[in-house]
Amino acid sequence: MSEKPEHFIVDGKRLDGRRVDELRPIKIEIGVLGRADGSCYLEWGNNKVLAAVYGPRELHPRHRQKMTRSVVQFRYNMASFSVDERTRPGPSRRSIEISKVSREAFEPVVFTKFFPKTAIDVFVEILQAGAGTRTAGINAASLALADAGIPMRGLVSACAVGKVDGEIVLDLMKEEDNYGEADLPVAMTAGRQITLLQMDGHLTTEEFYRALELAKTGCDQVYELQRQALIEKYSKEYTTEIEDEDPAPAGEPEGDADE
Amino acid sequence: MSDDVMTEIQRDHLFNLILKGEREDGRAFDEFREISIETDVIGTADGSARVKLGKTELLVGVKIQPGEPFPDTPDKGVLITNAELVPLASPEYEAGPPREGAIEIARVVDRGIRESKSLDLEKLCITAGEKVWIIFIDIHVLNNEGNILDAASMGSIAALLTAKLPRAQYGMGDDIPLPVRDIPVAVTVIEFGGALLLDPSLTEGAIASTSLITITNSDGSISGMQKSGSESLTIEQVLQAVDMAKNAAAGIREKFLEV
Repeated sequence: MSEKPEHFIVDGKRLDGRRVDELRPIKIEIGVLGRADGSCYLEWGNNKVLAAVYGPRELHPRHRQKMTRSVVQFRYNMASFSVDERTRPGPSRRSIEISKVSREAFEPVVFTKFFPKTAIDVFVEILQAGAGTRTAGINAASLALADAGIPMRGLVSACAVGKVDGEIVLDLMKEEDNYGEADLPVAMTAGRQITLLQMDGHLTTEEFYRALELAKTGCDQVYELQRQALIEKYSKEYTTEIEDEDPAPAGEPEGDADE
Repeated sequence: MSDDVMTEIQRDHLFNLILKGEREDGRAFDEFREISIETDVIGTADGSARVKLGKTELLVGVKIQPGEPFPDTPDKGVLITNAELVPLASPEYEAGPPREGAIEIARVVDRGIRESKSLDLEKLCITAGEKVWIIFIDIHVLNNEGNILDAASMGSIAALLTAKLPRAQYGMGDDIPLPVRDIPVAVTVIEFGGALLLDPSLTEGAIASTSLITITNSDGSISGMQKSGSESLTIEQVLQAVDMAKNAAAGIREKFLEV
Protein backbone atom coordinates (compact mmCIF):
# COMPACT_ATOMS: atom_id res chain seq x y z
CA MET A 1 0.00 0.00 0.00
CA SER A 2 1.28 3.46 -0.88
CA GLU A 3 2.21 5.96 1.84
CA LYS A 4 -0.25 8.57 3.01
CA PRO A 5 0.37 11.77 1.03
CA GLU A 6 0.86 14.93 3.05
CA HIS A 7 -1.76 16.84 1.07
CA PHE A 8 -4.48 15.54 -1.19
CA ILE A 9 -5.31 18.90 -2.73
CA VAL A 10 -2.69 21.43 -3.78
CA ASP A 11 -3.73 24.66 -5.54
CA GLY A 12 -7.18 23.23 -6.19
CA LYS A 13 -5.71 20.20 -7.94
CA ARG A 14 -5.83 16.61 -6.66
CA LEU A 15 -3.02 14.05 -6.78
CA ASP A 16 -3.93 13.04 -10.32
CA GLY A 17 -4.50 16.63 -11.44
CA ARG A 18 -8.29 16.59 -11.21
CA ARG A 19 -10.47 19.34 -9.77
CA VAL A 20 -12.54 18.47 -6.70
CA ASP A 21 -15.67 18.01 -8.82
CA GLU A 22 -14.11 16.05 -11.67
CA LEU A 23 -14.53 12.37 -12.50
CA ARG A 24 -11.67 10.08 -13.52
CA PRO A 25 -11.73 9.10 -17.21
CA ILE A 26 -14.37 6.51 -18.06
CA LYS A 27 -14.29 4.16 -21.04
CA ILE A 28 -17.32 2.02 -21.88
CA GLU A 29 -17.79 -0.82 -24.30
CA ILE A 30 -21.17 -2.55 -24.63
CA GLY A 31 -21.82 -6.10 -25.85
CA VAL A 32 -18.37 -7.58 -25.34
CA LEU A 33 -19.26 -11.15 -24.30
CA GLY A 34 -20.65 -13.67 -26.78
CA ARG A 35 -22.52 -16.00 -24.45
CA ALA A 36 -24.19 -13.44 -22.22
CA ASP A 37 -27.55 -11.88 -23.08
CA GLY A 38 -26.08 -8.49 -22.31
CA SER A 39 -22.63 -7.33 -21.29
CA CYS A 40 -20.45 -4.32 -20.71
CA TYR A 41 -16.78 -3.65 -20.13
CA LEU A 42 -16.00 -0.50 -18.21
CA GLU A 43 -12.79 1.23 -17.26
CA TRP A 44 -12.91 3.98 -14.69
CA GLY A 45 -9.61 5.41 -13.58
CA ASN A 46 -7.64 2.29 -12.71
CA ASN A 47 -10.74 0.12 -12.38
CA LYS A 48 -11.41 -2.52 -14.99
CA VAL A 49 -14.73 -4.29 -14.63
CA LEU A 50 -16.89 -6.61 -16.69
CA ALA A 51 -20.62 -7.08 -16.25
CA ALA A 52 -22.79 -9.76 -17.81
CA VAL A 53 -26.55 -10.34 -17.69
CA TYR A 54 -28.23 -13.68 -18.23
CA GLY A 55 -31.98 -13.92 -18.41
CA PRO A 56 -34.79 -13.68 -17.80
CA ARG A 57 -34.26 -17.42 -17.42
CA GLU A 58 -35.72 -20.20 -15.32
CA LEU A 59 -34.84 -19.85 -11.64
CA HIS A 60 -33.46 -22.85 -9.80
CA PRO A 61 -34.10 -24.16 -7.21
CA ARG A 62 -37.79 -23.85 -8.05
CA HIS A 63 -38.92 -23.03 -4.51
CA ARG A 64 -37.15 -19.71 -4.91
CA GLN A 65 -39.33 -18.76 -7.87
CA LYS A 66 -41.81 -15.93 -7.39
CA MET A 67 -45.23 -16.40 -8.95
CA THR A 68 -45.74 -12.72 -9.61
CA ARG A 69 -42.30 -11.49 -10.59
CA SER A 70 -38.77 -12.21 -11.62
CA VAL A 71 -35.99 -12.46 -9.05
CA VAL A 72 -32.99 -10.22 -9.60
CA GLN A 73 -29.72 -11.82 -8.55
CA PHE A 74 -26.45 -9.95 -8.39
CA ARG A 75 -22.99 -11.35 -7.84
CA TYR A 76 -20.09 -8.99 -7.29
CA ASN A 77 -16.83 -10.87 -7.48
CA MET A 78 -13.23 -9.77 -7.34
CA ALA A 79 -10.61 -11.58 -9.36
CA SER A 80 -7.91 -12.76 -6.98
CA PHE A 81 -5.31 -10.73 -8.94
CA SER A 82 -7.38 -7.53 -8.97
CA VAL A 83 -5.75 -6.06 -5.86
CA ASP A 84 -2.18 -5.56 -4.62
CA GLU A 85 -2.29 -8.49 -2.27
CA ARG A 86 -3.97 -11.52 -3.76
CA THR A 87 -7.47 -12.07 -2.39
CA ARG A 88 -8.75 -15.53 -1.78
CA PRO A 89 -11.16 -16.52 -4.56
CA GLY A 90 -14.82 -16.86 -3.70
CA PRO A 91 -17.26 -14.73 -1.74
CA SER A 92 -16.04 -12.68 1.23
CA ARG A 93 -18.22 -10.88 3.75
CA ARG A 94 -17.45 -7.66 1.92
CA SER A 95 -18.44 -9.03 -1.49
CA ILE A 96 -21.65 -10.56 -0.08
CA GLU A 97 -22.65 -7.16 1.31
CA ILE A 98 -21.77 -5.38 -1.94
CA SER A 99 -23.74 -7.96 -3.93
CA LYS A 100 -26.75 -7.33 -1.69
CA VAL A 101 -26.78 -3.54 -1.91
CA SER A 102 -25.99 -3.65 -5.64
CA ARG A 103 -28.93 -5.97 -6.26
CA GLU A 104 -31.08 -3.55 -4.29
CA ALA A 105 -29.79 -0.74 -6.50
CA PHE A 106 -31.48 -2.43 -9.48
CA GLU A 107 -34.61 -3.94 -7.96
CA PRO A 108 -36.42 -0.59 -7.98
CA VAL A 109 -35.82 -0.03 -11.72
CA VAL A 110 -36.23 -3.48 -13.31
CA PHE A 111 -39.81 -4.34 -14.38
CA THR A 112 -39.69 -7.73 -12.67
CA LYS A 113 -43.45 -8.27 -12.96
CA PHE A 114 -43.13 -9.01 -16.68
CA PHE A 115 -41.21 -12.22 -16.05
CA PRO A 116 -42.75 -14.32 -13.28
CA LYS A 117 -40.87 -17.42 -12.10
CA THR A 118 -37.65 -16.31 -13.73
CA ALA A 119 -34.27 -15.04 -12.60
CA ILE A 120 -32.42 -12.08 -14.01
CA ASP A 121 -28.79 -12.75 -13.20
CA VAL A 122 -26.24 -9.98 -13.09
CA PHE A 123 -22.59 -10.92 -12.73
CA VAL A 124 -19.90 -8.35 -12.10
CA GLU A 125 -16.26 -9.29 -12.19
CA ILE A 126 -13.69 -6.85 -10.90
CA LEU A 127 -10.59 -7.49 -13.00
CA GLN A 128 -8.54 -4.60 -11.67
CA ALA A 129 -9.51 -2.63 -8.59
CA GLY A 130 -8.62 1.02 -8.11
CA ALA A 131 -11.15 2.55 -5.68
CA GLY A 132 -14.85 2.66 -6.40
CA THR A 133 -15.30 -0.86 -7.73
CA ARG A 134 -18.89 -1.17 -6.53
CA THR A 135 -19.95 1.99 -8.36
CA ALA A 136 -18.01 0.92 -11.47
CA GLY A 137 -19.73 -2.47 -11.28
CA ILE A 138 -23.16 -0.87 -10.97
CA ASN A 139 -22.57 1.39 -13.98
CA ALA A 140 -21.43 -1.56 -16.07
CA ALA A 141 -24.31 -3.73 -14.83
CA SER A 142 -26.79 -1.01 -15.73
CA LEU A 143 -25.58 -1.05 -19.34
CA ALA A 144 -25.40 -4.86 -19.47
CA LEU A 145 -29.07 -4.96 -18.38
CA ALA A 146 -29.95 -2.49 -21.12
CA ASP A 147 -27.88 -4.49 -23.61
CA ALA A 148 -29.80 -7.64 -22.61
CA GLY A 149 -33.03 -5.81 -23.38
CA ILE A 150 -34.35 -6.06 -19.83
CA PRO A 151 -37.17 -3.54 -19.45
CA MET A 152 -36.21 -0.90 -16.90
CA ARG A 153 -37.61 2.38 -15.66
CA GLY A 154 -34.26 3.91 -16.50
CA LEU A 155 -30.54 3.48 -16.19
CA VAL A 156 -28.88 3.45 -12.79
CA SER A 157 -25.80 5.66 -12.53
CA ALA A 158 -23.39 5.53 -9.63
CA CYS A 159 -20.41 7.41 -8.29
CA ALA A 160 -18.71 7.96 -4.97
CA VAL A 161 -18.16 11.20 -3.12
CA GLY A 162 -15.72 11.58 -0.28
CA LYS A 163 -13.86 13.93 1.96
CA VAL A 164 -10.13 14.59 1.83
CA ASP A 165 -8.18 17.45 3.37
CA GLY A 166 -11.51 18.58 4.82
CA GLU A 167 -12.99 19.09 1.35
CA ILE A 168 -15.84 17.24 -0.31
CA VAL A 169 -14.56 15.68 -3.53
CA LEU A 170 -16.07 13.66 -6.36
CA ASP A 171 -14.96 10.17 -7.35
CA LEU A 172 -12.25 9.09 -4.91
CA MET A 173 -9.04 7.65 -6.31
CA LYS A 174 -7.13 4.96 -4.43
CA GLU A 175 -5.05 7.17 -2.11
CA GLU A 176 -8.10 9.29 -1.29
CA ASP A 177 -10.11 6.16 -0.58
CA ASN A 178 -7.42 4.63 1.65
CA TYR A 179 -6.56 7.70 3.68
CA GLY A 180 -9.54 10.01 3.18
CA GLU A 181 -11.97 11.04 5.88
CA ALA A 182 -15.18 9.72 4.32
CA ASP A 183 -16.47 7.65 1.44
CA LEU A 184 -20.06 7.83 0.20
CA PRO A 185 -21.03 5.65 -2.76
CA VAL A 186 -24.36 6.65 -4.31
CA ALA A 187 -26.46 5.23 -7.15
CA MET A 188 -29.48 6.96 -8.59
CA THR A 189 -31.74 7.10 -11.61
CA ALA A 190 -31.90 10.10 -13.92
CA GLY A 191 -35.14 10.89 -12.07
CA ARG A 192 -33.14 11.28 -8.83
CA GLN A 193 -34.42 8.16 -7.14
CA ILE A 194 -31.64 7.01 -4.87
CA THR A 195 -31.19 3.25 -5.20
CA LEU A 196 -27.91 2.80 -3.35
CA LEU A 197 -26.43 4.84 -0.55
CA GLN A 198 -23.68 3.82 1.78
CA MET A 199 -21.30 5.87 3.83
CA ASP A 200 -18.36 5.37 6.08
CA GLY A 201 -16.03 7.85 7.65
CA HIS A 202 -16.87 11.09 9.33
CA LEU A 203 -19.15 13.83 8.00
CA THR A 204 -21.18 16.53 9.65
CA THR A 205 -24.79 16.66 8.45
CA GLU A 206 -23.97 19.85 6.56
CA GLU A 207 -21.09 18.08 4.81
CA PHE A 208 -23.40 15.19 4.04
CA TYR A 209 -25.88 17.52 2.32
CA ARG A 210 -23.08 18.94 0.19
CA ALA A 211 -21.73 15.47 -0.59
CA LEU A 212 -25.15 14.34 -1.79
CA GLU A 213 -25.37 17.42 -4.04
CA LEU A 214 -21.98 16.64 -5.54
CA ALA A 215 -22.99 13.00 -6.01
CA LYS A 216 -25.95 14.24 -8.06
CA THR A 217 -23.68 16.08 -10.50
CA GLY A 218 -21.37 13.05 -10.66
CA CYS A 219 -24.22 10.66 -11.41
CA ASP A 220 -25.49 13.08 -14.08
CA GLN A 221 -22.13 12.96 -15.84
CA VAL A 222 -21.98 9.17 -15.61
CA TYR A 223 -25.53 8.93 -16.96
CA GLU A 224 -24.59 11.02 -19.99
CA LEU A 225 -21.60 8.74 -20.72
CA GLN A 226 -23.80 5.66 -20.36
CA ARG A 227 -26.40 7.10 -22.71
CA GLN A 228 -23.74 7.99 -25.30
CA ALA A 229 -22.29 4.48 -25.10
CA LEU A 230 -25.71 2.96 -25.77
CA ILE A 231 -26.39 5.32 -28.67
CA GLU A 232 -23.00 4.57 -30.15
CA LYS A 233 -23.47 0.80 -29.85
CA TYR A 234 -26.99 0.64 -31.16
CA SER A 235 -26.83 3.26 -33.88
CA LYS A 236 -23.89 1.27 -35.25
CA GLU A 237 -25.87 -1.98 -35.08
CA TYR A 238 -28.73 -0.35 -36.89
CA THR A 239 -26.44 0.80 -39.73
CA THR A 240 -24.99 -2.70 -40.03
CA GLU A 241 -28.44 -4.18 -40.34
CA ILE A 242 -29.32 -1.83 -43.19
CA GLU A 243 -26.08 -2.64 -44.98
CA ASP A 244 -26.91 -6.32 -44.59
CA GLU A 245 -29.93 -5.85 -46.79
CA ASP A 246 -27.62 -5.26 -49.75
CA PRO A 247 -26.97 -8.43 -51.73
CA ALA A 248 -24.12 -10.33 -50.10
CA PRO A 249 -20.89 -10.37 -52.10
CA ALA A 250 -20.36 -13.59 -54.01
CA GLY A 251 -18.83 -16.37 -51.96
CA GLU A 252 -19.72 -14.84 -48.58
CA PRO A 253 -21.84 -17.13 -46.48
CA GLU A 254 -25.08 -15.81 -45.03
CA GLY A 255 -24.79 -14.91 -41.40
CA ASP A 256 -24.64 -12.33 -38.74
CA ALA A 257 -22.15 -9.64 -39.65
CA ASP A 258 -21.09 -9.39 -36.03
CA GLU A 259 -19.76 -12.93 -35.76
CA MET B 1 -48.62 -18.31 -2.56
CA SER B 2 -50.72 -17.93 0.60
CA ASP B 3 -47.82 -15.99 2.11
CA ASP B 4 -48.02 -13.61 -0.83
CA VAL B 5 -51.73 -13.09 -0.23
CA MET B 6 -51.21 -12.50 3.51
CA THR B 7 -48.47 -10.02 2.73
CA GLU B 8 -50.78 -8.16 0.37
CA ILE B 9 -53.53 -8.00 2.99
CA GLN B 10 -51.11 -6.80 5.67
CA ARG B 11 -49.64 -4.28 3.30
CA ASP B 12 -53.08 -2.81 2.59
CA HIS B 13 -53.88 -2.75 6.28
CA LEU B 14 -50.66 -0.97 7.25
CA PHE B 15 -50.95 1.41 4.32
CA ASN B 16 -54.46 2.45 5.34
CA LEU B 17 -53.24 3.04 8.89
CA ILE B 18 -50.35 5.18 7.65
CA LEU B 19 -52.77 7.31 5.65
CA LYS B 20 -54.56 8.02 8.94
CA GLY B 21 -51.25 8.78 10.61
CA GLU B 22 -51.32 5.59 12.67
CA ARG B 23 -49.28 2.43 13.20
CA GLU B 24 -50.49 -1.06 14.07
CA ASP B 25 -49.28 -0.83 17.67
CA GLY B 26 -50.45 2.74 18.18
CA ARG B 27 -47.01 4.36 18.19
CA ALA B 28 -46.21 7.71 16.59
CA PHE B 29 -44.10 7.54 13.42
CA ASP B 30 -41.01 8.69 15.30
CA GLU B 31 -41.59 6.67 18.44
CA PHE B 32 -39.46 3.74 19.56
CA ARG B 33 -40.84 0.75 21.40
CA GLU B 34 -39.73 0.43 25.00
CA ILE B 35 -35.97 0.02 25.28
CA SER B 36 -34.13 -1.71 28.06
CA ILE B 37 -30.40 -2.31 28.18
CA GLU B 38 -28.86 -4.43 30.87
CA THR B 39 -25.08 -4.78 30.99
CA ASP B 40 -22.66 -7.33 32.47
CA VAL B 41 -25.07 -10.19 32.01
CA ILE B 42 -22.60 -12.86 30.90
CA GLY B 43 -19.81 -13.70 33.31
CA THR B 44 -17.63 -15.45 30.75
CA ALA B 45 -17.59 -12.43 28.41
CA ASP B 46 -15.31 -9.41 28.90
CA GLY B 47 -18.27 -7.14 28.27
CA SER B 48 -21.90 -7.89 27.54
CA ALA B 49 -25.34 -6.38 27.13
CA ARG B 50 -28.86 -7.67 26.83
CA VAL B 51 -31.10 -5.41 24.81
CA LYS B 52 -34.87 -5.49 24.72
CA LEU B 53 -36.56 -3.39 22.10
CA GLY B 54 -40.23 -4.07 22.52
CA LYS B 55 -40.31 -7.85 22.31
CA THR B 56 -37.15 -8.01 20.25
CA GLU B 57 -34.34 -9.36 22.35
CA LEU B 58 -30.67 -9.93 21.77
CA LEU B 59 -27.39 -10.39 23.55
CA VAL B 60 -24.09 -8.86 22.66
CA GLY B 61 -20.94 -10.40 24.04
CA VAL B 62 -17.50 -8.85 23.78
CA LYS B 63 -14.50 -11.13 24.04
CA ILE B 64 -11.00 -9.70 24.11
CA GLN B 65 -7.79 -11.62 23.57
CA PRO B 66 -4.24 -10.94 22.41
CA GLY B 67 -3.38 -11.88 18.85
CA GLU B 68 -1.50 -10.85 15.74
CA PRO B 69 -2.25 -7.49 14.09
CA PHE B 70 -3.16 -7.18 10.42
CA PRO B 71 0.01 -6.66 8.33
CA ASP B 72 -1.20 -3.26 7.05
CA THR B 73 -2.00 -1.95 10.56
CA PRO B 74 0.83 -3.41 12.72
CA ASP B 75 0.30 -0.90 15.56
CA LYS B 76 -3.47 -1.12 15.88
CA GLY B 77 -5.84 -3.42 17.68
CA VAL B 78 -8.29 -5.48 15.67
CA LEU B 79 -12.09 -5.22 15.72
CA ILE B 80 -14.15 -8.15 14.49
CA THR B 81 -17.94 -8.01 14.51
CA ASN B 82 -20.19 -10.96 13.88
CA ALA B 83 -23.95 -11.46 14.02
CA GLU B 84 -25.66 -14.79 14.54
CA LEU B 85 -29.28 -15.06 13.52
CA VAL B 86 -29.78 -18.36 15.30
CA PRO B 87 -32.85 -20.50 14.49
CA LEU B 88 -34.10 -20.15 18.05
CA ALA B 89 -34.91 -16.49 17.39
CA SER B 90 -37.31 -16.78 14.47
CA PRO B 91 -38.99 -19.39 12.27
CA GLU B 92 -37.34 -17.65 9.31
CA TYR B 93 -33.81 -18.20 10.56
CA GLU B 94 -31.91 -21.32 9.62
CA ALA B 95 -28.76 -22.85 11.00
CA GLY B 96 -25.63 -22.60 8.90
CA PRO B 97 -23.10 -20.01 7.83
CA PRO B 98 -24.24 -16.37 8.03
CA ARG B 99 -26.27 -15.14 5.08
CA GLU B 100 -26.36 -11.69 3.61
CA GLY B 101 -28.83 -10.37 6.21
CA ALA B 102 -26.61 -11.32 9.14
CA ILE B 103 -23.50 -10.14 7.33
CA GLU B 104 -25.09 -6.77 6.61
CA ILE B 105 -26.09 -6.28 10.27
CA ALA B 106 -22.59 -7.15 11.47
CA ARG B 107 -20.87 -4.96 8.89
CA VAL B 108 -23.09 -1.92 9.48
CA VAL B 109 -22.66 -2.15 13.27
CA ASP B 110 -18.92 -2.61 12.77
CA ARG B 111 -18.79 0.38 10.41
CA GLY B 112 -20.36 2.66 13.02
CA ILE B 113 -17.93 1.68 15.76
CA ARG B 114 -14.89 1.64 13.49
CA GLU B 115 -15.53 4.85 11.58
CA SER B 116 -16.57 6.89 14.62
CA LYS B 117 -13.13 5.97 16.02
CA SER B 118 -15.05 5.12 19.16
CA LEU B 119 -12.55 2.40 19.95
CA ASP B 120 -9.05 3.78 20.23
CA LEU B 121 -7.39 0.99 18.26
CA GLU B 122 -3.94 2.52 18.67
CA LYS B 123 -4.22 2.11 22.42
CA LEU B 124 -4.93 -1.57 21.85
CA CYS B 125 -1.45 -2.28 20.53
CA ILE B 126 0.68 -4.41 22.88
CA THR B 127 3.88 -4.90 20.80
CA ALA B 128 3.80 -3.27 17.37
CA GLY B 129 3.81 -5.81 14.57
CA GLU B 130 3.55 -8.72 16.97
CA LYS B 131 0.79 -8.56 19.50
CA VAL B 132 -2.35 -6.45 19.76
CA TRP B 133 -5.72 -6.79 21.48
CA ILE B 134 -8.39 -8.35 19.32
CA ILE B 135 -11.90 -7.23 20.17
CA PHE B 136 -14.64 -9.61 19.11
CA ILE B 137 -18.19 -8.27 19.15
CA ASP B 138 -20.70 -11.09 18.83
CA ILE B 139 -24.34 -10.23 18.33
CA HIS B 140 -26.60 -13.10 19.29
CA VAL B 141 -30.25 -12.60 18.41
CA LEU B 142 -32.67 -14.31 20.82
CA ASN B 143 -36.07 -13.14 19.60
CA ASN B 144 -36.65 -11.28 16.37
CA GLU B 145 -39.71 -9.06 16.59
CA GLY B 146 -38.28 -6.47 14.25
CA ASN B 147 -35.47 -3.92 14.05
CA ILE B 148 -32.60 -6.19 14.98
CA LEU B 149 -30.11 -3.70 13.61
CA ASP B 150 -30.86 -0.84 16.02
CA ALA B 151 -30.92 -3.25 18.95
CA ALA B 152 -27.60 -4.74 17.84
CA SER B 153 -26.03 -1.29 17.59
CA MET B 154 -27.20 -0.25 21.07
CA GLY B 155 -26.11 -3.58 22.52
CA SER B 156 -22.68 -3.44 20.94
CA ILE B 157 -21.76 -0.03 22.23
CA ALA B 158 -23.28 -0.79 25.65
CA ALA B 159 -21.21 -3.98 25.85
CA LEU B 160 -18.04 -2.13 24.80
CA LEU B 161 -18.66 0.58 27.41
CA THR B 162 -18.63 -2.00 30.18
CA ALA B 163 -15.90 -4.21 28.72
CA LYS B 164 -12.55 -4.63 30.47
CA LEU B 165 -9.21 -5.48 28.93
CA PRO B 166 -8.44 -8.85 30.53
CA ARG B 167 -4.81 -8.03 31.23
CA ALA B 168 -4.53 -10.08 34.41
CA GLN B 169 -5.49 -13.25 32.58
CA TYR B 170 -2.50 -12.80 30.26
CA GLY B 171 -0.04 -11.61 32.91
CA MET B 172 -0.03 -8.01 31.73
CA GLY B 173 -1.11 -6.24 34.92
CA ASP B 174 -4.54 -5.27 36.15
CA ASP B 175 -7.70 -5.30 34.07
CA ILE B 176 -8.59 -1.83 32.81
CA PRO B 177 -11.70 -0.48 31.05
CA LEU B 178 -11.64 -0.65 27.27
CA PRO B 179 -10.79 2.81 25.84
CA VAL B 180 -14.12 3.96 24.33
CA ARG B 181 -14.19 7.55 23.07
CA ASP B 182 -17.55 8.00 21.40
CA ILE B 183 -21.03 6.51 21.45
CA PRO B 184 -22.17 5.86 17.89
CA VAL B 185 -25.82 4.84 17.58
CA ALA B 186 -27.40 3.34 14.45
CA VAL B 187 -31.02 4.20 13.77
CA THR B 188 -33.11 2.60 11.04
CA VAL B 189 -35.75 4.67 9.26
CA ILE B 190 -38.15 2.75 7.04
CA GLU B 191 -40.09 4.21 4.17
CA PHE B 192 -43.66 3.08 3.62
CA GLY B 193 -46.39 4.74 1.62
CA GLY B 194 -44.38 7.96 1.51
CA ALA B 195 -44.11 8.07 5.32
CA LEU B 196 -40.91 7.59 7.30
CA LEU B 197 -41.07 5.49 10.45
CA LEU B 198 -38.65 4.69 13.25
CA ASP B 199 -38.11 1.34 14.92
CA PRO B 200 -40.03 -0.94 12.52
CA SER B 201 -41.98 -3.81 14.07
CA LEU B 202 -41.63 -7.24 12.53
CA THR B 203 -44.56 -6.75 10.12
CA GLU B 204 -43.58 -3.18 9.26
CA GLY B 205 -40.04 -4.28 8.53
CA ALA B 206 -41.19 -7.22 6.42
CA ILE B 207 -43.60 -5.17 4.36
CA ALA B 208 -41.78 -1.86 4.05
CA SER B 209 -38.49 -3.42 3.25
CA THR B 210 -36.65 -0.24 2.29
CA SER B 211 -34.76 1.56 4.98
CA LEU B 212 -31.99 4.02 5.55
CA ILE B 213 -29.69 3.31 8.46
CA THR B 214 -27.74 6.28 9.78
CA ILE B 215 -25.10 6.03 12.48
CA THR B 216 -24.51 9.26 14.35
CA ASN B 217 -22.03 10.20 17.05
CA SER B 218 -22.26 12.27 20.22
CA ASP B 219 -21.46 15.51 18.33
CA GLY B 220 -24.18 14.80 15.75
CA SER B 221 -21.74 13.88 12.99
CA ILE B 222 -22.37 10.85 10.78
CA SER B 223 -20.01 7.89 10.76
CA GLY B 224 -21.92 5.41 8.64
CA MET B 225 -24.96 4.97 6.44
CA GLN B 226 -26.62 2.20 4.53
CA LYS B 227 -29.67 2.13 2.31
CA SER B 228 -31.12 -1.32 2.52
CA GLY B 229 -34.05 -2.85 0.66
CA SER B 230 -35.56 -3.12 -2.75
CA GLU B 231 -37.14 0.30 -3.28
CA SER B 232 -35.60 3.66 -3.96
CA LEU B 233 -35.62 6.80 -1.82
CA THR B 234 -35.86 10.43 -2.88
CA ILE B 235 -33.22 12.92 -1.83
CA GLU B 236 -35.77 14.66 0.43
CA GLN B 237 -36.56 11.35 2.13
CA VAL B 238 -32.86 10.72 2.69
CA LEU B 239 -32.33 14.12 4.27
CA GLN B 240 -35.40 13.74 6.48
CA ALA B 241 -34.38 10.21 7.50
CA VAL B 242 -30.92 11.42 8.51
CA ASP B 243 -32.51 14.08 10.69
CA MET B 244 -34.90 11.62 12.34
CA ALA B 245 -32.07 9.16 12.96
CA LYS B 246 -29.85 11.83 14.46
CA ASN B 247 -32.52 13.02 16.89
CA ALA B 248 -33.51 9.51 17.91
CA ALA B 249 -29.86 8.53 18.42
CA ALA B 250 -29.32 11.55 20.67
CA GLY B 251 -32.28 10.49 22.82
CA ILE B 252 -31.15 6.87 23.08
CA ARG B 253 -27.58 7.90 23.87
CA GLU B 254 -28.62 10.28 26.62
CA LYS B 255 -31.13 7.94 28.22
CA PHE B 256 -29.46 4.55 27.99
CA LEU B 257 -25.80 4.79 27.09
CA GLU B 258 -24.20 7.77 28.78
CA VAL B 259 -22.76 6.98 32.16
